[in-house]
Amino acid sequence: MTGVIIAGAAETDRVGKLPDHSTLQLHVEAALNAVADAGLILKDIDGIATVSSPGPVQIAHSLGIEPRWMDGTGVGGTSFLLHVRHAAAAIMAGYASTVLITHGESGRSRVGATRFAPAPTSIQGQFEAPYGVFGATSAFTIPALRYMKDYGLTHEQLAYVAVAQRRWAAQNPRAMYRDLITVDDVLASRMVAYPFHLLECCLVTDGGGALILTSADRAGKFPKPPVYVLGTGESSETPVISQMADFTESKAFRLAGQAAFAEAGIGTGDVAHLMIYDAFAHLPIYGLEALRFVPKGEAGAFIADGNTEPGGSLPLNTNGGGLSYTHTGMYGMFAIQESVRQVRGEAAAQVDAPEISVVLGNGGMFATSGVLVLGKHPR
Amino acid sequence: MGLKAVPEPTPETQPFWDGCAVGELRIQRCLDCDQPYFYPRPVCPGCGSARVEWFTASGEATLYSYVINYRPAPGFEDEVPYAIAVVQLAEGPRMMTNLTGVASTPEDLVLDMPLRVTFTRRSDVSLPLFAPATMAPESAP
Repeated sequence: MTGVIIAGAAETDRVGKLPDHSTLQLHVEAALNAVADAGLILKDIDGIATVSSPGPVQIAHSLGIEPRWMDGTGVGGTSFLLHVRHAAAAIMAGYASTVLITHGESGRSRVGATRFAPAPTSIQGQFEAPYGVFGATSAFTIPALRYMKDYGLTHEQLAYVAVAQRRWAAQNPRAMYRDLITVDDVLASRMVAYPFHLLECCLVTDGGGALILTSADRAGKFPKPPVYVLGTGESSETPVISQMADFTESKAFRLAGQAAFAEAGIGTGDVAHLMIYDAFAHLPIYGLEALRFVPKGEAGAFIADGNTEPGGSLPLNTNGGGLSYTHTGMYGMFAIQESVRQVRGEAAAQVDAPEISVVLGNGGMFATSGVLVLGKHPR
Repeated sequence: MGLKAVPEPTPETQPFWDGCAVGELRIQRCLDCDQPYFYPRPVCPGCGSARVEWFTASGEATLYSYVINYRPAPGFEDEVPYAIAVVQLAEGPRMMTNLTGVASTPEDLVLDMPLRVTFTRRSDVSLPLFAPATMAPESAP
Protein backbone atom coordinates (compact mmCIF):
# COMPACT_ATOMS: atom_id res chain seq x y z
CA MET A 1 0.00 0.00 0.00
CA THR A 2 1.69 3.16 -1.17
CA GLY A 3 -0.85 5.75 -0.24
CA VAL A 4 -2.93 8.21 -2.17
CA ILE A 5 -2.24 11.26 -4.33
CA ILE A 6 -4.22 14.22 -5.56
CA ALA A 7 -3.84 13.81 -9.32
CA GLY A 8 -6.15 16.59 -10.44
CA ALA A 9 -7.28 19.85 -8.89
CA ALA A 10 -9.11 22.83 -10.33
CA GLU A 11 -11.55 25.60 -9.52
CA THR A 12 -14.32 26.99 -11.69
CA ASP A 13 -13.14 29.21 -14.55
CA ARG A 14 -13.99 32.23 -12.41
CA VAL A 15 -14.84 32.78 -8.76
CA GLY A 16 -16.69 35.77 -7.36
CA LYS A 17 -19.98 36.99 -8.81
CA LEU A 18 -21.41 34.38 -11.17
CA PRO A 19 -25.17 35.01 -11.50
CA ASP A 20 -25.11 33.04 -14.77
CA HIS A 21 -24.19 29.80 -12.93
CA SER A 22 -26.44 27.63 -10.78
CA THR A 23 -25.05 25.67 -7.86
CA LEU A 24 -25.20 22.52 -9.99
CA GLN A 25 -23.39 24.20 -12.90
CA LEU A 26 -20.59 25.25 -10.57
CA HIS A 27 -20.11 21.62 -9.47
CA VAL A 28 -20.10 20.43 -13.08
CA GLU A 29 -17.69 23.09 -14.34
CA ALA A 30 -15.28 22.42 -11.48
CA ALA A 31 -15.51 18.66 -12.08
CA LEU A 32 -14.77 18.98 -15.79
CA ASN A 33 -11.80 21.26 -15.05
CA ALA A 34 -10.36 18.83 -12.48
CA VAL A 35 -10.80 15.82 -14.76
CA ALA A 36 -9.02 17.71 -17.55
CA ASP A 37 -6.29 18.80 -15.11
CA ALA A 38 -5.65 15.12 -14.38
CA GLY A 39 -5.63 14.22 -18.08
CA LEU A 40 -8.58 11.87 -17.55
CA ILE A 41 -12.09 11.47 -18.94
CA LEU A 42 -15.26 11.25 -16.89
CA LYS A 43 -15.58 7.50 -17.51
CA ASP A 44 -12.36 7.01 -15.53
CA ILE A 45 -14.12 8.15 -12.35
CA ASP A 46 -15.54 5.35 -10.20
CA GLY A 47 -16.02 7.15 -6.88
CA ILE A 48 -17.66 10.43 -5.98
CA ALA A 49 -17.93 12.62 -2.92
CA THR A 50 -19.70 15.92 -2.35
CA VAL A 51 -22.05 17.62 0.07
CA SER A 52 -25.82 17.73 -0.16
CA SER A 53 -27.32 19.51 -1.83
CA PRO A 54 -27.11 18.72 -4.75
CA GLY A 55 -25.32 15.63 -3.34
CA PRO A 56 -23.34 12.79 -4.88
CA VAL A 57 -26.27 11.18 -6.68
CA GLN A 58 -27.12 14.37 -8.55
CA ILE A 59 -23.50 15.14 -9.40
CA ALA A 60 -22.78 11.60 -10.59
CA HIS A 61 -25.93 11.59 -12.69
CA SER A 62 -25.19 15.01 -14.17
CA LEU A 63 -21.74 13.83 -15.24
CA GLY A 64 -22.73 10.34 -16.40
CA ILE A 65 -20.61 8.69 -13.73
CA GLU A 66 -21.54 5.25 -12.34
CA PRO A 67 -20.00 5.32 -8.85
CA ARG A 68 -19.07 2.15 -7.01
CA TRP A 69 -18.28 4.27 -3.94
CA MET A 70 -19.83 7.52 -2.76
CA ASP A 71 -19.70 9.83 0.21
CA GLY A 72 -22.21 12.57 0.98
CA THR A 73 -20.67 13.75 4.23
CA GLY A 74 -22.01 17.25 4.84
CA VAL A 75 -20.63 18.75 8.02
CA GLY A 76 -20.11 22.30 6.82
CA GLY A 77 -17.27 23.99 4.99
CA THR A 78 -14.66 21.44 6.04
CA SER A 79 -16.59 18.58 4.40
CA PHE A 80 -14.24 18.40 1.41
CA LEU A 81 -11.27 17.75 3.69
CA LEU A 82 -13.23 14.87 5.18
CA HIS A 83 -14.05 13.67 1.66
CA VAL A 84 -10.31 13.56 0.93
CA ARG A 85 -9.77 11.51 4.09
CA HIS A 86 -12.63 9.14 3.35
CA ALA A 87 -11.63 8.80 -0.30
CA ALA A 88 -8.05 7.98 0.67
CA ALA A 89 -9.36 5.17 2.87
CA ALA A 90 -11.67 3.94 0.12
CA ILE A 91 -8.89 3.88 -2.46
CA MET A 92 -6.58 2.00 -0.10
CA ALA A 93 -9.39 -0.46 0.65
CA GLY A 94 -10.02 -1.01 -3.04
CA TYR A 95 -13.55 0.37 -2.98
CA ALA A 96 -12.70 2.88 -5.70
CA SER A 97 -9.70 3.64 -7.89
CA THR A 98 -10.34 7.22 -8.99
CA VAL A 99 -12.44 9.52 -6.85
CA LEU A 100 -13.93 12.87 -7.84
CA ILE A 101 -14.69 15.37 -5.04
CA THR A 102 -16.73 18.42 -6.04
CA HIS A 103 -17.81 21.70 -4.53
CA GLY A 104 -20.05 24.32 -6.08
CA GLU A 105 -21.99 27.02 -4.31
CA SER A 106 -23.92 30.01 -5.51
CA GLY A 107 -23.36 31.64 -2.15
CA ARG A 108 -23.66 35.21 -3.38
CA SER A 109 -26.11 35.01 -6.29
CA ARG A 110 -28.16 32.19 -4.71
CA VAL A 111 -28.97 30.58 -8.09
CA GLY A 112 -30.39 27.13 -7.49
CA ALA A 113 -29.27 27.37 -3.87
CA THR A 114 -31.13 26.13 -0.81
CA ARG A 115 -31.86 28.43 2.12
CA PHE A 116 -30.76 27.42 5.56
CA ALA A 117 -33.02 28.09 8.51
CA PRO A 118 -32.95 25.90 11.61
CA ALA A 119 -36.15 24.03 12.38
CA PRO A 120 -37.87 25.50 15.48
CA THR A 121 -37.71 22.03 17.06
CA SER A 122 -33.93 21.69 16.55
CA ILE A 123 -31.45 22.52 19.28
CA GLN A 124 -30.45 25.64 17.33
CA GLY A 125 -34.10 26.52 16.79
CA GLN A 126 -34.96 26.20 20.49
CA PHE A 127 -31.86 27.52 22.21
CA GLU A 128 -30.10 29.95 19.83
CA ALA A 129 -32.37 31.27 17.05
CA PRO A 130 -34.85 32.90 19.49
CA TYR A 131 -32.06 35.26 20.60
CA GLY A 132 -31.68 36.91 17.21
CA VAL A 133 -28.91 34.80 15.72
CA PHE A 134 -28.88 35.60 12.02
CA GLY A 135 -26.21 33.77 10.12
CA ALA A 136 -22.59 33.16 10.98
CA THR A 137 -21.73 36.83 11.56
CA SER A 138 -23.90 36.92 14.69
CA ALA A 139 -22.82 33.63 16.25
CA PHE A 140 -19.43 32.40 14.98
CA THR A 141 -18.07 35.66 16.35
CA ILE A 142 -19.30 35.24 19.93
CA PRO A 143 -16.25 33.45 21.41
CA ALA A 144 -13.81 36.20 20.41
CA LEU A 145 -14.43 38.63 23.29
CA ARG A 146 -13.73 35.88 25.81
CA TYR A 147 -10.42 35.16 24.07
CA MET A 148 -9.61 38.88 23.98
CA LYS A 149 -10.21 39.29 27.70
CA ASP A 150 -8.42 36.10 28.78
CA TYR A 151 -5.37 36.45 26.50
CA GLY A 152 -5.11 40.17 25.87
CA LEU A 153 -5.71 40.02 22.12
CA THR A 154 -6.25 43.61 20.98
CA HIS A 155 -8.71 44.98 18.45
CA GLU A 156 -5.70 46.07 16.40
CA GLN A 157 -4.24 42.55 16.38
CA LEU A 158 -7.56 41.07 15.30
CA ALA A 159 -7.77 43.65 12.50
CA TYR A 160 -4.21 42.83 11.44
CA VAL A 161 -5.29 39.31 10.42
CA ALA A 162 -7.20 40.91 7.54
CA VAL A 163 -4.28 43.22 6.74
CA ALA A 164 -1.82 40.31 6.51
CA GLN A 165 -4.06 38.26 4.27
CA ARG A 166 -4.74 41.19 1.95
CA ARG A 167 -0.98 41.31 1.31
CA TRP A 168 -1.25 37.81 -0.15
CA ALA A 169 -4.43 38.65 -2.06
CA ALA A 170 -2.66 41.61 -3.66
CA GLN A 171 -0.48 39.04 -5.48
CA ASN A 172 -3.45 36.94 -6.64
CA PRO A 173 -5.27 38.19 -9.76
CA ARG A 174 -8.27 35.95 -8.97
CA ALA A 175 -8.80 37.43 -5.51
CA MET A 176 -11.95 39.49 -5.12
CA TYR A 177 -10.20 42.17 -3.02
CA ARG A 178 -6.59 43.05 -3.84
CA ASP A 179 -6.07 46.63 -2.64
CA LEU A 180 -3.75 46.80 0.36
CA ILE A 181 -5.42 47.85 3.61
CA THR A 182 -4.28 49.11 7.00
CA VAL A 183 -5.42 48.36 10.54
CA ASP A 184 -7.14 51.76 10.52
CA ASP A 185 -9.05 50.79 7.36
CA VAL A 186 -10.26 47.62 9.05
CA LEU A 187 -11.29 49.39 12.25
CA ALA A 188 -13.05 52.10 10.23
CA SER A 189 -15.11 49.60 8.22
CA ARG A 190 -18.68 49.28 9.43
CA MET A 191 -19.44 47.24 12.53
CA VAL A 192 -21.12 43.92 11.74
CA ALA A 193 -21.11 42.24 15.14
CA TYR A 194 -18.92 43.91 17.76
CA PRO A 195 -16.01 43.27 18.00
CA PHE A 196 -16.05 42.34 14.28
CA HIS A 197 -15.95 44.94 11.52
CA LEU A 198 -16.88 44.21 7.91
CA LEU A 199 -13.25 43.63 6.84
CA GLU A 200 -12.85 41.02 9.60
CA CYS A 201 -15.67 38.96 8.03
CA CYS A 202 -15.34 36.73 4.99
CA LEU A 203 -16.61 37.51 1.53
CA VAL A 204 -19.77 35.94 0.16
CA THR A 205 -19.12 34.66 -3.35
CA ASP A 206 -20.02 32.14 -6.04
CA GLY A 207 -17.63 29.45 -7.21
CA GLY A 208 -16.56 25.84 -7.10
CA GLY A 209 -13.65 23.46 -7.08
CA ALA A 210 -12.93 19.78 -7.57
CA LEU A 211 -10.25 17.20 -6.86
CA ILE A 212 -9.25 13.84 -8.35
CA LEU A 213 -7.72 11.30 -5.95
CA THR A 214 -6.13 8.00 -6.89
CA SER A 215 -3.54 5.49 -5.72
CA ALA A 216 0.04 6.72 -5.38
CA ASP A 217 1.00 3.70 -7.53
CA ARG A 218 -0.05 5.86 -10.45
CA ALA A 219 2.10 8.88 -9.53
CA GLY A 220 3.93 10.22 -12.57
CA LYS A 221 1.22 9.14 -14.98
CA PHE A 222 -0.64 12.45 -14.90
CA PRO A 223 0.15 15.81 -16.50
CA LYS A 224 0.71 17.60 -13.17
CA PRO A 225 3.11 16.66 -10.35
CA PRO A 226 1.51 14.40 -7.73
CA VAL A 227 0.48 15.82 -4.37
CA TYR A 228 0.71 13.14 -1.70
CA VAL A 229 -1.93 12.82 1.02
CA LEU A 230 0.44 12.20 3.93
CA GLY A 231 -1.90 12.53 6.87
CA THR A 232 -5.53 13.32 7.62
CA GLY A 233 -7.70 13.97 10.63
CA GLU A 234 -11.30 14.80 11.44
CA SER A 235 -13.28 15.64 14.54
CA SER A 236 -16.34 17.44 15.85
CA GLU A 237 -17.13 19.37 18.98
CA THR A 238 -20.62 20.88 19.20
CA PRO A 239 -23.60 21.63 16.95
CA VAL A 240 -24.27 24.92 18.77
CA ILE A 241 -21.51 27.42 19.46
CA SER A 242 -22.82 28.24 22.94
CA GLN A 243 -21.74 24.75 24.02
CA MET A 244 -18.05 24.97 23.04
CA ALA A 245 -16.17 23.62 26.03
CA ASP A 246 -13.81 26.59 26.09
CA PHE A 247 -14.42 29.75 24.05
CA THR A 248 -10.69 30.38 23.77
CA GLU A 249 -9.84 27.21 21.85
CA SER A 250 -11.29 24.80 19.29
CA LYS A 251 -11.24 21.20 20.43
CA ALA A 252 -12.22 20.00 16.95
CA PHE A 253 -9.29 21.86 15.38
CA ARG A 254 -6.90 20.39 17.95
CA LEU A 255 -8.05 16.79 17.64
CA ALA A 256 -8.18 16.79 13.84
CA GLY A 257 -4.73 18.35 13.73
CA GLN A 258 -3.22 15.86 16.16
CA ALA A 259 -4.53 12.94 14.08
CA ALA A 260 -3.23 14.35 10.80
CA PHE A 261 0.22 15.28 12.13
CA ALA A 262 0.57 11.87 13.82
CA GLU A 263 -0.39 9.96 10.69
CA ALA A 264 2.03 11.99 8.59
CA GLY A 265 4.74 11.67 11.24
CA ILE A 266 5.48 15.38 11.15
CA GLY A 267 5.78 18.26 13.57
CA THR A 268 5.06 21.93 13.09
CA GLY A 269 8.68 22.53 12.10
CA ASP A 270 8.16 20.44 8.97
CA VAL A 271 5.35 22.67 7.67
CA ALA A 272 6.39 25.24 5.07
CA HIS A 273 2.93 26.43 4.06
CA LEU A 274 -0.35 26.59 5.93
CA MET A 275 -4.00 27.20 5.11
CA ILE A 276 -6.46 27.89 7.95
CA TYR A 277 -10.15 28.26 7.14
CA ASP A 278 -10.87 31.93 7.78
CA ALA A 279 -14.56 32.71 7.82
CA PHE A 280 -13.67 35.43 10.35
CA ALA A 281 -10.46 37.04 11.51
CA HIS A 282 -10.25 35.08 14.75
CA LEU A 283 -10.06 31.70 13.03
CA PRO A 284 -6.39 31.89 11.99
CA ILE A 285 -5.63 32.76 15.62
CA TYR A 286 -7.53 29.76 16.97
CA GLY A 287 -6.07 27.56 14.22
CA LEU A 288 -2.43 28.49 14.80
CA GLU A 289 -2.81 27.69 18.49
CA ALA A 290 -4.82 24.48 18.01
CA LEU A 291 -2.12 23.13 15.68
CA ARG A 292 0.54 24.23 18.21
CA PHE A 293 2.41 26.52 15.85
CA VAL A 294 2.43 29.09 18.66
CA PRO A 295 1.71 28.84 22.39
CA LYS A 296 -1.78 29.62 23.62
CA GLY A 297 -2.54 33.31 23.56
CA GLU A 298 0.32 34.33 21.25
CA ALA A 299 -1.14 33.90 17.77
CA GLY A 300 -2.45 37.47 17.51
CA ALA A 301 1.00 38.89 18.16
CA PHE A 302 2.58 36.27 15.87
CA ILE A 303 0.44 37.46 12.96
CA ALA A 304 0.80 41.16 13.83
CA ASP A 305 4.59 40.71 13.88
CA GLY A 306 4.42 39.75 10.19
CA ASN A 307 5.23 36.05 10.49
CA THR A 308 2.39 34.84 8.28
CA GLU A 309 2.46 37.45 5.49
CA PRO A 310 4.67 37.61 2.38
CA GLY A 311 8.28 37.32 3.51
CA GLY A 312 7.30 35.80 6.86
CA SER A 313 8.48 32.51 8.33
CA LEU A 314 5.11 30.73 8.05
CA PRO A 315 3.15 31.62 4.89
CA LEU A 316 -0.53 31.44 5.83
CA ASN A 317 -3.63 31.72 3.63
CA THR A 318 -1.58 32.62 0.59
CA ASN A 319 -4.57 32.90 -1.77
CA GLY A 320 -5.87 35.76 0.38
CA GLY A 321 -8.24 33.45 2.23
CA GLY A 322 -11.94 33.74 2.81
CA LEU A 323 -11.34 37.32 3.92
CA SER A 324 -9.97 38.48 0.55
CA TYR A 325 -9.91 35.68 -2.07
CA THR A 326 -13.30 34.00 -2.11
CA HIS A 327 -15.79 32.41 0.30
CA THR A 328 -18.77 30.65 -1.20
CA GLY A 329 -20.10 29.48 2.16
CA MET A 330 -18.23 26.17 2.28
CA TYR A 331 -14.70 27.46 1.78
CA GLY A 332 -12.73 24.29 2.56
CA MET A 333 -12.37 23.27 -1.09
CA PHE A 334 -10.57 26.53 -1.89
CA ALA A 335 -8.13 26.07 0.98
CA ILE A 336 -7.24 22.61 -0.37
CA GLN A 337 -6.88 23.99 -3.89
CA GLU A 338 -4.35 26.60 -2.73
CA SER A 339 -2.31 23.98 -0.87
CA VAL A 340 -2.22 21.81 -3.99
CA ARG A 341 -1.12 24.77 -6.11
CA GLN A 342 1.63 25.63 -3.62
CA VAL A 343 2.96 22.05 -3.45
CA ARG A 344 2.86 21.81 -7.25
CA GLY A 345 4.60 25.18 -7.53
CA GLU A 346 1.87 26.87 -9.55
CA ALA A 347 0.32 29.31 -7.06
CA ALA A 348 -0.19 32.98 -7.90
CA ALA A 349 1.73 33.97 -4.76
CA GLN A 350 4.10 31.01 -4.82
CA VAL A 351 6.21 30.45 -1.71
CA ASP A 352 9.62 28.78 -1.81
CA ALA A 353 9.08 25.13 -2.77
CA PRO A 354 6.99 23.93 0.15
CA GLU A 355 7.74 20.26 0.75
CA ILE A 356 4.79 20.02 3.12
CA SER A 357 1.59 22.06 3.26
CA VAL A 358 -1.14 21.74 5.89
CA VAL A 359 -4.82 22.60 5.48
CA LEU A 360 -7.06 23.17 8.52
CA GLY A 361 -10.76 23.19 7.74
CA ASN A 362 -13.67 24.42 9.83
CA GLY A 363 -17.28 23.25 9.55
CA GLY A 364 -20.26 25.10 10.95
CA MET A 365 -19.19 27.35 13.80
CA PHE A 366 -16.30 25.51 15.45
CA ALA A 367 -18.59 22.48 15.01
CA THR A 368 -16.36 20.23 12.94
CA SER A 369 -12.85 20.14 11.57
CA GLY A 370 -10.72 18.32 9.06
CA VAL A 371 -6.96 18.60 8.65
CA LEU A 372 -4.85 17.46 5.70
CA VAL A 373 -1.08 17.12 5.48
CA LEU A 374 -0.10 17.31 1.80
CA GLY A 375 3.40 16.75 0.47
CA LYS A 376 5.53 16.89 -2.63
CA HIS A 377 7.00 13.47 -1.92
CA PRO A 378 5.88 10.29 -0.15
CA ARG A 379 7.16 9.75 3.38
CA MET B 1 -40.28 42.81 9.10
CA GLY B 2 -40.61 39.21 10.11
CA LEU B 3 -41.45 37.70 13.43
CA LYS B 4 -38.91 36.64 16.01
CA ALA B 5 -38.12 32.93 16.03
CA VAL B 6 -40.24 30.97 18.49
CA PRO B 7 -38.90 27.72 19.92
CA GLU B 8 -41.00 24.58 19.56
CA PRO B 9 -40.50 22.22 22.52
CA THR B 10 -39.79 18.56 21.90
CA PRO B 11 -40.46 15.76 24.40
CA GLU B 12 -36.93 15.86 25.84
CA THR B 13 -36.95 19.68 26.17
CA GLN B 14 -40.54 20.12 27.41
CA PRO B 15 -39.59 20.21 31.12
CA PHE B 16 -37.25 23.16 30.42
CA TRP B 17 -40.01 25.15 28.73
CA ASP B 18 -42.56 24.13 31.37
CA GLY B 19 -40.16 25.57 33.97
CA CYS B 20 -39.79 28.84 32.07
CA ALA B 21 -43.59 29.14 31.95
CA VAL B 22 -43.68 29.26 35.77
CA GLY B 23 -40.57 31.42 36.17
CA GLU B 24 -38.08 28.65 36.94
CA LEU B 25 -34.86 27.87 35.11
CA ARG B 26 -34.84 24.08 35.09
CA ILE B 27 -31.81 22.18 33.85
CA GLN B 28 -30.59 18.62 34.22
CA ARG B 29 -27.92 16.87 36.25
CA CYS B 30 -26.44 13.41 36.33
CA LEU B 31 -27.30 11.17 39.29
CA ASP B 32 -24.08 9.20 38.82
CA CYS B 33 -21.44 11.92 38.41
CA ASP B 34 -23.43 14.92 39.72
CA GLN B 35 -22.60 17.05 36.66
CA PRO B 36 -25.26 19.64 35.80
CA TYR B 37 -25.71 20.21 32.08
CA PHE B 38 -27.59 22.13 29.42
CA TYR B 39 -29.12 21.84 26.67
CA PRO B 40 -31.70 19.21 27.58
CA ARG B 41 -30.85 15.66 26.54
CA PRO B 42 -31.42 12.21 27.96
CA VAL B 43 -27.80 11.21 28.57
CA CYS B 44 -25.13 12.86 30.73
CA PRO B 45 -22.49 14.41 28.43
CA GLY B 46 -19.87 13.88 31.11
CA CYS B 47 -20.14 10.17 31.86
CA GLY B 48 -22.78 8.78 29.51
CA SER B 49 -25.17 7.78 32.25
CA ALA B 50 -28.89 7.79 31.46
CA ARG B 51 -29.69 8.29 35.16
CA VAL B 52 -30.39 12.03 35.04
CA GLU B 53 -32.84 14.36 36.75
CA TRP B 54 -34.26 17.84 36.36
CA PHE B 55 -33.67 20.51 38.99
CA THR B 56 -34.30 24.24 39.30
CA ALA B 57 -31.14 26.29 38.87
CA SER B 58 -30.49 29.37 41.00
CA GLY B 59 -30.92 31.73 38.06
CA GLU B 60 -27.60 33.38 38.89
CA ALA B 61 -25.07 33.69 36.10
CA THR B 62 -22.12 35.68 34.79
CA LEU B 63 -21.50 37.13 31.33
CA TYR B 64 -19.17 34.71 29.53
CA SER B 65 -19.03 36.31 26.06
CA TYR B 66 -21.17 38.20 23.56
CA VAL B 67 -21.43 40.12 20.33
CA ILE B 68 -23.33 43.32 19.66
CA ASN B 69 -25.14 42.46 16.47
CA TYR B 70 -25.85 45.00 13.73
CA ARG B 71 -27.49 42.71 11.13
CA PRO B 72 -30.86 41.88 12.63
CA ALA B 73 -32.66 38.59 12.53
CA PRO B 74 -36.32 38.81 11.52
CA GLY B 75 -38.25 40.62 14.26
CA PHE B 76 -35.16 42.26 15.77
CA GLU B 77 -35.08 45.21 13.34
CA ASP B 78 -36.11 47.80 15.95
CA GLU B 79 -33.52 46.62 18.48
CA VAL B 80 -30.34 47.06 16.43
CA PRO B 81 -27.72 46.88 17.71
CA TYR B 82 -28.55 44.15 20.20
CA ALA B 83 -26.38 41.85 22.25
CA ILE B 84 -26.38 38.09 21.75
CA ALA B 85 -24.77 36.69 24.86
CA VAL B 86 -23.58 33.42 26.27
CA VAL B 87 -23.90 33.31 30.05
CA GLN B 88 -22.39 30.91 32.53
CA LEU B 89 -24.86 29.70 35.12
CA ALA B 90 -23.71 29.55 38.74
CA GLU B 91 -24.14 25.76 38.44
CA GLY B 92 -21.64 25.64 35.54
CA PRO B 93 -23.48 25.11 32.28
CA ARG B 94 -23.64 27.88 29.70
CA MET B 95 -26.52 29.07 27.56
CA MET B 96 -27.18 31.60 24.84
CA THR B 97 -29.54 34.45 25.70
CA ASN B 98 -30.33 38.12 25.29
CA LEU B 99 -29.61 40.72 27.95
CA THR B 100 -32.21 43.08 29.33
CA GLY B 101 -32.02 46.10 31.62
CA VAL B 102 -28.62 47.13 30.27
CA ALA B 103 -27.47 49.10 27.22
CA SER B 104 -25.91 47.17 24.34
CA THR B 105 -22.53 48.89 24.47
CA PRO B 106 -19.06 47.49 25.16
CA GLU B 107 -18.80 49.87 28.12
CA ASP B 108 -21.96 48.56 29.76
CA LEU B 109 -21.38 44.90 28.96
CA VAL B 110 -18.37 43.81 30.96
CA LEU B 111 -17.38 40.16 30.83
CA ASP B 112 -17.97 38.25 34.07
CA MET B 113 -20.52 40.79 35.33
CA PRO B 114 -23.17 39.13 37.54
CA LEU B 115 -26.54 38.46 35.96
CA ARG B 116 -29.87 37.06 37.04
CA VAL B 117 -32.48 35.25 34.97
CA THR B 118 -35.78 36.85 34.04
CA PHE B 119 -38.45 35.63 31.68
CA THR B 120 -40.26 37.17 28.74
CA ARG B 121 -43.30 35.93 26.90
CA ARG B 122 -43.01 35.21 23.18
CA SER B 123 -46.01 33.69 21.46
CA ASP B 124 -46.96 30.69 23.61
CA VAL B 125 -43.59 30.17 25.34
CA SER B 126 -41.57 31.98 27.99
CA LEU B 127 -37.94 32.70 27.09
CA PRO B 128 -35.18 33.06 29.68
CA LEU B 129 -33.31 36.38 29.44
CA PHE B 130 -30.69 37.75 31.80
CA ALA B 131 -30.42 41.14 33.51
CA PRO B 132 -27.65 42.67 35.61
CA ALA B 133 -27.88 41.35 39.15
CA THR B 134 -28.43 44.10 41.69
CA MET B 135 -26.43 43.68 44.86
CA ALA B 136 -28.41 42.46 47.82
CA PRO B 137 -28.79 45.24 50.44
CA GLU B 138 -26.82 43.42 53.13
CA SER B 139 -23.79 43.00 50.86
CA ALA B 140 -23.79 46.58 49.62
CA PRO B 141 -20.87 48.68 50.83
